[in-house]
Amino acid sequence: MPTILSIKDLRKTYDSGFEALKSVSLDIEEGEIIALLGPNGAGKTTLISTICGITMPTSGTVTVAGHDTIKDYRAARSLIGLVPQEIALEPFGRVMSTVRFSRGLFGKPRDDAAVADILKRLSLWDKRDNQIHELSGGMKRRVLIAKALAHEPRILFLDEPTAGVDVELRKDMWAIVEKLRADGVTTILTTHYIEEAEAIADRVGVIANGEILLVEDKDKLMVRMGQKQLDVQLSAQLKHIPQALTKYDLDLKDEGWTLVYRYDTKAERTGITQLLTDVSSAGLQLRDVVTRQSSLEDIFVSLVHKDAEDAA
Amino acid sequence: MNWSAIWAIYTFEMTRFFRTISQSLISPVISTSLYFVVFGAAIGSRIDEVEGVQYGAFIVPGLIMLTVMTQSISAASFGIYFPKFIGTIYEVLSAPMSFLEIVMGYVGAAATKALFIGVIILITSFFFVDIQIAHPLAMAAFLVLTCVSFALFGFIIGIWAGNFEQLQMVPLLIVTPLVFLGGSFYSVSMLPPVWQTISMFNPVVYLISGFRWAFFGVADVPIALSLLAIGGFSGVCLATVWWIFKSGWRIRQ
Ligand SMILES: Nc1ncnc2c1ncn2[C@@H]1O[C@H](COP(=O)(O)OP(=O)(O)O)[C@@H](O)[C@H]1O
Ligand SMILES: [Mg+2]
Repeated sequence: MPTILSIKDLRKTYDSGFEALKSVSLDIEEGEIIALLGPNGAGKTTLISTICGITMPTSGTVTVAGHDTIKDYRAARSLIGLVPQEIALEPFGRVMSTVRFSRGLFGKPRDDAAVADILKRLSLWDKRDNQIHELSGGMKRRVLIAKALAHEPRILFLDEPTAGVDVELRKDMWAIVEKLRADGVTTILTTHYIEEAEAIADRVGVIANGEILLVEDKDKLMVRMGQKQLDVQLSAQLKHIPQALTKYDLDLKDEGWTLVYRYDTKAERTGITQLLTDVSSAGLQLRDVVTRQSSLEDIFVSLVHKDAEDAA
Repeated sequence: MNWSAIWAIYTFEMTRFFRTISQSLISPVISTSLYFVVFGAAIGSRIDEVEGVQYGAFIVPGLIMLTVMTQSISAASFGIYFPKFIGTIYEVLSAPMSFLEIVMGYVGAAATKALFIGVIILITSFFFVDIQIAHPLAMAAFLVLTCVSFALFGFIIGIWAGNFEQLQMVPLLIVTPLVFLGGSFYSVSMLPPVWQTISMFNPVVYLISGFRWAFFGVADVPIALSLLAIGGFSGVCLATVWWIFKSGWRIRQ
């Protein structure tokens, strides 16, 4: 697949002096679904805003299907649809005319059939003549998506699309993203929910403190980083980890009822046998032992953790 | 040119205007009628004529200018401030539009609203006084130019304003006094010489004088100067707007 969005050495320092993006480079292929995963304040919204023309980059370039987003902004922006993180809608506008407005803004001729089709896909058709302020939060979010799709973009940005969204909308949204993918539309979504990235994305980029820490196929990422976790459940509560066990990188959870040990499945030695021996010689009674595959969340936590240590 | 985008913004803004049409029209019409009653009838009965024009008629151009200037400013400043305030500006900024197209949409709509109100006031004034318009084309041109240039000025205020107080401050503290002191209700030649000189630094004097010339063929300053003033004002506003978009000041960080 050809590259549709190419970000090169993009930096953004806000007027306040805060460096929100520190040299971000990323190539996105046409038709893929990529999730940018990062905690609050990582720079996800800043990255999207800089690509879409809402903020100006401090340096670096972005091209959309070969069009520079600054020099050739018309061609570049025509291809992009954006669903912002915050709900921002004119309260007295009506649903249908608001979506029609978006289509007009992007230079497309009026086409009520196309707008109607989008509204139907988003279960907004019954509400087409309602004023925005009469809608629920979930419905407003649907309107934002409809507006972003109104000009039939080739790239769709969804900035934290499921934050505070009900299950039904989430399902509808993924159905739409899947349908768009079938039409060759590229979707870039940001999230701090791991499940979301895990559920829908082809690739995952991890972003923290204005830097992309890694980008990888989701499946490969899961395998490569494939850690397992051993939960040692105890029959007595612990206040802290016993001296004899501090050489293991253990965590205490469930208010001291469980010791957590992480190990690499592909390492020569997992260290489990030794750990369990040391646990019993430390005088701890085991109630149960559980192992599980680590989720993207664990991977994410360890990456961000490592990044913070490197920075320190 | 992305005409479809300009049209989208323009119609969107006009829809807002027509949604509240009665509010938009009633207050200027009522206040204008009051001006006629107070200035035209009560005071005018003692003044009789100014520069050969009935006082009641003499104040019509000034009244229209007063309303049109304040309405252009408030419509345009609110028009751009509101999307900034509620966040919907993101869509305009991410659309394939140049700064000129954004300005044409918002300023065009604001100028149209003001023009609409200006014409309503002209019609209202026919009920109170007898007026003949000496140069109708020049009158229309002056009216439109004033609407556009003050809408541009309002657009700048709307981008500059950080809150609703600031939004109302400039029109209230600067524009209204300049218009009142700009010869809306009197001829500058009626003032003592010192004040005449000071008045020459008030740009609004040139606009009202030119507009009045279009009505009655009499003016405080040469018509060419009036044209220069309005042209210069538009130019300065346009350059400022251009700089705003170029630098991203207060809209594109
Ligand atoms: N307009 C701004 N001025 C200064 N700093 C900002 C501005 N917008 C965002 N930031 C800062 O930039 C960082 C990244 O913000 P953002 O891109 O919104 O993160 P995310 O979307 O990943 O939560 C945050 O620390 C935020 O405080
Ligand atoms: Mg964000």
